[in-house]
Amino acid sequence: MSIKNLFKIALNALLRNKFRAFLTMLGIIIGVASVITMLGIGEGSKVSIQQQIAGMGLNLVTVVPGSQQRGGVQFGASTMQSLKETDVDVILADCPAVQAATPEVRGNGQAVFGALNWPTSLYGENLSYLQIRERSVVSGRMFTDRELSGAGKVCLLGQTVVKNLFGEGADPVGQVIRFKKIPFLVIGVLDPKGLNTFGQDQDDLILAPFTTVQKRVQAITWVQSIYTSAIDSKSTELAAAQITETLRRHHKIKASDQDDFTIRNQTQLLSTFSSVSNILTVLLGAIAGISLLVGGIGIMNIMYVSVTERTREIGLRMAIGGKGRDILMQFLAESMLLSITGGIIGIMVGIAASKIIGSAMAWPIVVLPGSEILSFAVCTVIGVFFGWYPAKKASNLDPIDALRYE
Amino acid sequence: MKNLIEIIKLKKDYYVGEVTVHALKGVDMVVTEGEFVAIMGASGSGKSTMLNIIGCLDKPTLGDYILDGINISGLSKNELASYRNKKLGFVFQTYNLLPRTTALDNVELPLMYNSAVKSKERRERALAALESVGLSDRIYHKPNQLSGGQQQRVAIARSLVNDPVVILADEATGNLDTRTSYEIMALFQELNSKGKTVVFVTHEPDIAKCATRNIIFKDGVILRESVVRDRTNAREMLASMPVEVD
Ligand SMILES: Nc1ncnc2c1ncn2[C@@H]1O[C@H](COP(=O)(O)OP(=O)(O)OP(=O)(O)O)[C@@H](O)[C@H]1O
Ligand SMILES: [Mg+2]
Repeated sequence: MSIKNLFKIALNALLRNKFRAFLTMLGIIIGVASVITMLGIGEGSKVSIQQQIAGMGLNLVTVVPGSQQRGGVQFGASTMQSLKETDVDVILADCPAVQAATPEVRGNGQAVFGALNWPTSLYGENLSYLQIRERSVVSGRMFTDRELSGAGKVCLLGQTVVKNLFGEGADPVGQVIRFKKIPFLVIGVLDPKGLNTFGQDQDDLILAPFTTVQKRVQAITWVQSIYTSAIDSKSTELAAAQITETLRRHHKIKASDQDDFTIRNQTQLLSTFSSVSNILTVLLGAIAGISLLVGGIGIMNIMYVSVTERTREIGLRMAIGGKGRDILMQFLAESMLLSITGGIIGIMVGIAASKIIGSAMAWPIVVLPGSEILSFAVCTVIGVFFGWYPAKKASNLDPIDALRYE
Repeated sequence: MKNLIEIIKLKKDYYVGEVTVHALKGVDMVVTEGEFVAIMGASGSGKSTMLNIIGCLDKPTLGDYILDGINISGLSKNELASYRNKKLGFVFQTYNLLPRTTALDNVELPLMYNSAVKSKERRERALAALESVGLSDRIYHKPNQLSGGQQQRVAIARSLVNDPVVILADEATGNLDTRTSYEIMALFQELNSKGKTVVFVTHEPDIAKCATRNIIFKDGVILRESVVRDRTNAREMLASMPVEVD
């Protein structure tokens, strides 16, 4: 029988039971749509994390005190104090792959203005902070070199702090706030950055010269981390290597001893989070794959029911000249029509759902290239695979028995 | 006239578990071209078994069956299928039309399995077959929109469409009232008068009298054969029958 006749017969048979055909297809539609959507979500979150990490700073290479062991950071009073302000100077002097560096000293506490107060974090940095963390001042100004060296009691506020201490849209420049009872003159407001991937509010901070935070607020002699910026995105590994070498020399660490600091760069962070989101993608994809499998079993079930129900029809077709192969092909064509049509609708639904979810989550909309083709191929295979046994059963019927079937 | 169907010492056994059923126990029989044969006999005497073998739906256990010069016993399943497709027409007691499918599509069906017939020719032949059974005005009706007699006429059109050498009917009037039965017989007689060979199984002696020859089966063998004298003309019979009014 010609392919055209085959599909015509299969289509006619399916159209005799439109609603059932639709319900059967629904399994495949949901399966394919969820595969595409889940892979899209997994991939979208990955791209989103990558963007966020890249947005954390310009070719950021971070130095924190304490050595990194396999299991995590090794804590200890002495090593937690291993970074000093002078380290920043030697890094800038001896590491050609580093273009900027700032020490960081942090403190948590209540910021108070008038009757209002707000729990937040105070960050002490140097002038390179804006460049390294890719931030800008939207109102007022950055602190000056003199304020830095003189431990001036000036600060810049993040948007969240402004909102909570002064109210939405107010300009706090020129006002004096208190942080841990120390008065700070507000000289500027930082740009809004919103939440990062991990849900932290990047606008909930107060920025001040690190000397001020180190000496007046925390009263410590060390710094809590050093942020550096490599000269370009390809040089973060190189910068990390140069910093390691410089700091080991400067800290007089013997060749046999461990580093008393840990360096992290974005590449490492990226690979950590990529592997997490890869697992996520695989998990989501597996769940969706299972639903596709269930859809396939649905087809198989309906094809079995259909073969049993239509035993007399099969007998008749054989009596008027249908060969076993014709019957086999007819039922295969039916299950393939079901799965492929379901697959096509599923792909469209999946792409639409990816777009809706993507825009709801403010994620980049990613439809994995080739996932449509893959789904399509999978559907065809499902149609053949799950249609095969029922079709084979039909084609093996004896025409007389089939005609006599009640 | 040439022998269209030749059956020689034909036996058919069925095996049901431990028991062997001898459905046909050595049948010799000849049907010549243009004949109109009615097979009669008690229930279980082997009529359907015989007709199924004549129709190449089943193979004999022993003996030979020669249809249109070819010995069927040696053919494979697929060869039998294409033989049925090209040489045979079936009419069943229960019509066996595809549900929710128009009369036209039902009649086209046998030609779908014949790749030599293109779709245009298929349609033309189906329309011609439907016309010859007087259903030109019902071509787009589905089985549930047709009476039993009309459904059987669609089935007859379907059996005709491939221009078979013989039409086989197993109790084709079994589900129909007397009047409709004679309408169907009139149709068969018309086809037969145009030269088509017809072999049919019936329980009703009156219906059997429409044929040219009767073969009576008993317990798997032929009990007796007889040429029908004063053969019933179904058309005249219909004219003389009172139209039922209730
Ligand atoms: N598939 C089968 N398996 C086993 N035995 C069968 C089978 N088909 C028919 N028989 C047996 O063969 C014998 C002849 O059956 P057949 O159907 O030919 O009778 P019949 O003359 O057509 O009867 P009826 O007038 O009731 O239709 C019966 O005894 C029946 O039980
Ligand atoms: Mg019978």
